[in-house]
This record gives sequence, structure tokens and C-alpha cells, in this order.
Amino acid sequence: MRGIIAAVLVLVMVFFSAAFLKAAEMVSAPREGAEFPGIAIPSPISEGHREYLGLRKGTTFMISQVKADIVIVEVLSMYCPFCQAEAPRVNELYRLIEGDPDLRGKIKIIGVAAGNTSMERDIFRDKYQIPFPLISDGDFILHKALGEVRTPYFIGVRVKGGEARVIYSRLGAFDDPASFLEMILEKAGEVGP
Amino acid sequence: MKPFNSTMAMIFVVLCFLCVPGEQVFARSEVFKDMIYEPGELKPRDSELKVAVGESAPDFELPDLQGTTTSLREFRGKNVVLSFVPAAWTPVCSDQWPGYNILEDLFERYNAVILGITVDNIPSLYAWTRKMGGLWFPVLSDFWPHGEAADRFGILRSDGMSERAIIIIDGEGIIRYIDVHDINKRPPLESIVRELEKLNPQTLSLTPP
Repeated sequence: MRGIIAAVLVLVMVFFSAAFLKAAEMVSAPREGAEFPGIAIPSPISEGHREYLGLRKGTTFMISQVKADIVIVEVLSMYCPFCQAEAPRVNELYRLIEGDPDLRGKIKIIGVAAGNTSMERDIFRDKYQIPFPLISDGDFILHKALGEVRTPYFIGVRVKGGEARVIYSRLGAFDDPASFLEMILEKAGEVGP
Repeated sequence: MKPFNSTMAMIFVVLCFLCVPGEQVFARSEVFKDMIYEPGELKPRDSELKVAVGESAPDFELPDLQGTTTSLREFRGKNVVLSFVPAAWTPVCSDQWPGYNILEDLFERYNAVILGITVDNIPSLYAWTRKMGGLWFPVLSDFWPHGEAADRFGILRSDGMSERAIIIIDGEGIIRYIDVHDINKRPPLESIVRELEKLNPQTLSLTPP
């Protein structure tokens, strides 16, 4: 009898340990004020895009290695209607940044094409003439590390001294690129170390 | 069985549970918000094909969203990509056709048309595709007689949904490609483009050799 009770107790313990470990696997979306997840992002193939991000040769990079004060990460998908509609506005955001001598080089944009193969990523890039790097995340590895967010999802990251801190993390498109940029700049000044 | 042995067996079962990979994730578009029904992980395939590559495609007549009847034979002379998806308002299906919606140029390049087909009724398909912002290609309802077109190809599942399948038919009405895909996953675009390239060898290739 005692053996059976022990067996049941052990089973219960193992079950709850398993459930806990499963739950720990689930990642939530990046929180404002928290560190950006330490994930290795595949480097862009294009020399121009590597130069834009200030990356040396290498197959992967960390967000903290991007040569910028702020990195805006957009999680998108070729298959997402909102991302398609949003594409011209994100391009406009890029142009606003690159056209401002005070911001150029200090704010960079990276797109993560969640669940999109290289061809799907390229089709989206060519269709909307995306000027900034788009990373193909065909196996959802980055998407999973970023909390399996819906798309489009924008994450603003302040990069400073090898640290990458989330200053903005929100689901959904933005209407006005200039207002969005202004808000990101405000947030960059707001969030503590 | 001794308690020790049964305990070890149970621990083994639980460890197996731990090793099971998590649910397939999808980058679901915010456009659908909370309106997507979660069917959970389904049996990857639940039907037996009744057609094969090289055979003539069975014809069908189905109503589109305007109520006009569309038949397969109308598209003779063009390559036809049939995209059967299981159900409206479900996760993977809702993340499939919106991608094809930006590929009109690509299909034209290969003298191809895409026909989207589900077993849903027209009102449901109307609301679903409106949420996608409208689609440039015909969307056909295989609702009644239920799943008849899907069944002619042998891709009607036992629960009344169709498989997630891509069937490519050439201008002569011959089936050139069949992909009855795992219902839980979206077929990669590369496979469709590669097959269309084979039908249009004179067109500059977009896929890696």
C-alpha cells in the first residue's frame, strides 16, 4: 500500500514539474523596460543591408550589435493583410529617418518576416520596395522568441553600451509615420536604464 | 505490476509528454483580431486521392462570391492553381490566401490563374474574404452538394472539410502537380512557383536551381 502511495506522489511531482517546464517554454512578447531577448538574428545577405546595420561579416548578429541608438523591429508576414497595407507607411518612416541628418544612422529598422520563406520574404520586399533589411524567419524561431506576437508588431529597442532595452512593444499598425517616430523618440528618453 | 515498475512507467509517459513539440505557431494577422476559431492540431491528412498527376482533372461547377457559376473547363488554355483550404475563419487558412493576394503579377507571368475553394457557404466566405480586404482571384464555394468538387479529387476529409491542397492543372486540363499538404501547415510558395516554372520553361526562373 505504501508503495502505491509513493508511486502516486512521485507521479504527481513529475507531472507538475513537466507542466512547469512546458509553461516556462512559453515566451511572452517583449515588455517595455525589459531587455530585448538575447536572440541570434540571421545576418542580411545584402552587403548594403549589413552596412546599414553596421555589421561585420558573420552569419548572425545580436540586436545590441546594430550600430544605432534605436532599433525598430517590425514583426510582419507576407500573408498578413495589415502588414501589406502598413508597408508604405513603414517605408515612409524609413525615409523620414534617413532624410533627417540628426536621425540618420541613429535609428535603424529591421523587419522579421515571421513564417516566411526566403522567396516569400523577397516577394514582399519587391512588391512594396522595402528599403530596410527583412529577415526571413521561415521556422518561426525569432517569432517564437518574441512571444509569438500577431502581426504587424513593432518593438522599439534602445541600444546602449552593449545593452538592448525595449522602449516600445505594441501590436498593430500606426497611422502616421511622423507621429510614430516622435513617440519612439520620446520613449527613448523616458525608459530608465 | 510492482509499484516501482508502475512508477517508472508513469514517469516515462510524462517524460514523453514533455518531449512532444509545442503547437505549431503562426504569425496570425491582427486583421482577424479574436475572430479565428482554434481547431487545435488535426490529423495531417484524412482522405485518399482519386486522381493522379498525368490524368485529366475532373471538371466541376461551383458558385463564386457573386453567385456566378464557375467551371474548371472555362480556364482551358491557362494554367490553373486550385487552392483548397479546409475552412474559413481558422488559423492557417486565414494566413494563406492573403499572401496570394499580392501575387497577381506572378500568376500572370506564368499564364496562370488561382481558384480558391473551400466547403464553406457563400455568406461565410464573403465575410471572411472581406476581412482580408477582398481577393483578386475567384473564391468558390464547394458547400452544396457538400464537398462534391473536393471529393472528385479525393481530398474530402471524414469531418466534411477539405484537405489543404494545391493542385496545378495545365492548359490542356491535365493534372501536373498535387500537394495534399499537412492540414496544420501552409504550403510554401516555392513549391507552387517551381511547378509553374516547369509549365513555363521559357520564363526566367525565380527559384534556386
